[in-house]
Amino acid sequence: MVVILNVLLKKIYIFYWDGFRSMVVGRKLWLIIFIKLFVMFAVLKIFFFPNYLDQHFSTDQQKAEHVLSTLTGAAILDK
Amino acid sequence: MIEGIDLSQVNWARAQFALTAMYHWIFVPLTLGLSFLCAFFETFYVKTGKEEWKKLTRFWMALFAVNFAIGVATGLILEFEFGTNWSNYSWMVGDIFGAPLAIEGILAFFLEATFFAVMFFGWDRVSRGFHLFSTWMVAIGSNLSALWILVANGWMQHPVGMAFNPDTARFEMKNFFDVILSPVAISKFCHSTSSGFLLASLFVISISSWFLLKNRHQEMAKRSIIVASVFGLVSSGFVGLTGDEAAYTCARVQPMKLAAFEGLYNGEDSAGLVAMGLLNSTKEAGDGQQPFIVEMKIPGMLSLLANRQPGSFVPGIEDILYGNEEHGIMGIDKKISKGRIAIEQLALYKKAKDNGNKLGAQTAMDGFRENEQYLGFGYLKEAKEAVPPVPLTFYSFHLMVALGSLFPLIFLLFLVLTARNLIESQRWLLGIGLVSFLLGEIAGQAGWVVAEVGRQPWTIQNMLPVTVARTNLTVGAVQTTFLMFLVLFTVLLIAEVRIMLSQISKGPEEV
Repeated sequence: MVVILNVLLKKIYIFYWDGFRSMVVGRKLWLIIFIKLFVMFAVLKIFFFPNYLDQHFSTDQQKAEHVLSTLTGAAILDK
Repeated sequence: MIEGIDLSQVNWARAQFALTAMYHWIFVPLTLGLSFLCAFFETFYVKTGKEEWKKLTRFWMALFAVNFAIGVATGLILEFEFGTNWSNYSWMVGDIFGAPLAIEGILAFFLEATFFAVMFFGWDRVSRGFHLFSTWMVAIGSNLSALWILVANGWMQHPVGMAFNPDTARFEMKNFFDVILSPVAISKFCHSTSSGFLLASLFVISISSWFLLKNRHQEMAKRSIIVASVFGLVSSGFVGLTGDEAAYTCARVQPMKLAAFEGLYNGEDSAGLVAMGLLNSTKEAGDGQQPFIVEMKIPGMLSLLANRQPGSFVPGIEDILYGNEEHGIMGIDKKISKGRIAIEQLALYKKAKDNGNKLGAQTAMDGFRENEQYLGFGYLKEAKEAVPPVPLTFYSFHLMVALGSLFPLIFLLFLVLTARNLIESQRWLLGIGLVSFLLGEIAGQAGWVVAEVGRQPWTIQNMLPVTVARTNLTVGAVQTTFLMFLVLFTVLLIAEVRIMLSQISKGPEEV
């Protein structure tokens, strides 16, 4: 069983390895995907798109209190 | 004109979300439709065993890959925006959206890691049957993956299967099947995916037309046109049927949107559908002015569309705004009063609970539940805020419908002339075919403008307006990220177009 599994995993590995190696336009596309993911997660997410509630409140209870205060806040009705 | 635009923070946040969603929707429908077209092409290859079909399939698959690579993950930016710009909304809907979006993520991951790999790496390395199966799985899986996000959107348009929990300030799912089988969600999924099929068919026709105009790869182009025309024709019919269903549902759950996209200010029996019209730009609800400078209507058609009864009454903007007792329509002012009671009772509940006053909390909760369905109206300053921007909704709807009516004609002409082997001499039609993809993109974007602008001021229909859903950030913070996205998306779009054009110009020989 273990031998069969090893052979299967090796086959899958070789399948992917050969596939990636023989890519033509795919190399350029993967490069774009990686650049895009890097910009999104390492730049945009960290520096420009923090989760507001996670940043300002530490517990779910506090987050719920904040949202409920916004919903019931007189400021909204007065605007 | 520009001084008429409200440049408040909430509108910058909306503009940013619209920019991201519209950019995302350039690629998504093409992925949905092109995946099925690739599956059709490959099925012909497997059935006939002809190498020409294989070459053709690989060519369109390469374009599918380019589109997929550029479009992939742009939807994640929308989730960033939820947490930053729309934190109240994000918190309140977490329970409803969590499950569908998690399923989408898992489905997409497994699909992309397995069948995508076989589809692109597996030529000549797995059996023909298994390769074809993988291509079909990619097509079905991509479309199913779109189901979940469209269910989430459908829920925002028609929030069902949930209850608001005042202790957690969240909408909590009570019935998963009510959410997923909501008529709005189903019609949204069917309409959006079939419009994707239509767009992909136009894409194939557009590129094939270019090849025929350039006298290159004529046989491949003609084969592609035949398959795409048939798929496009069937999809056009389905888009029409699902569009009809969407309008019918809209009349039930979002009558203001329906009135806005038809520019209908005063309700009528046997209401006509505007075939063509020029709106009076100074018209506002209740001012007594004529809504149109010029209009051409199809009598009774709007009543048929909205209620499936030609003589029936369709409420206009003013009926919904000021109420219409004869037809049992409650005015917005009354809904605002009830909404404010709901908010007050919610505040009393919170106070009573904090003070340990159980009886007071229960009484307040009863008062809240009685008026809960009007909660969102309580946040409106005045009734007119419940009216969406009429001109943008009206023109977007009519542009979408006009283009949607043109496409079946294009498909039919291409199909007939290609089948008779006359297409190469019809250079005027090839010119139309060449630009048809751009028209398809415009129609798709216009459709989303109708769906989203037409339901303003709501983030969640009748429950949460955009002004309360937002995070209290500075205008400058949102402007900065808006401009960053504008630059980022422009660069990515240029990259996409360049790679796509380069791949197209290589043709099927170099895939």
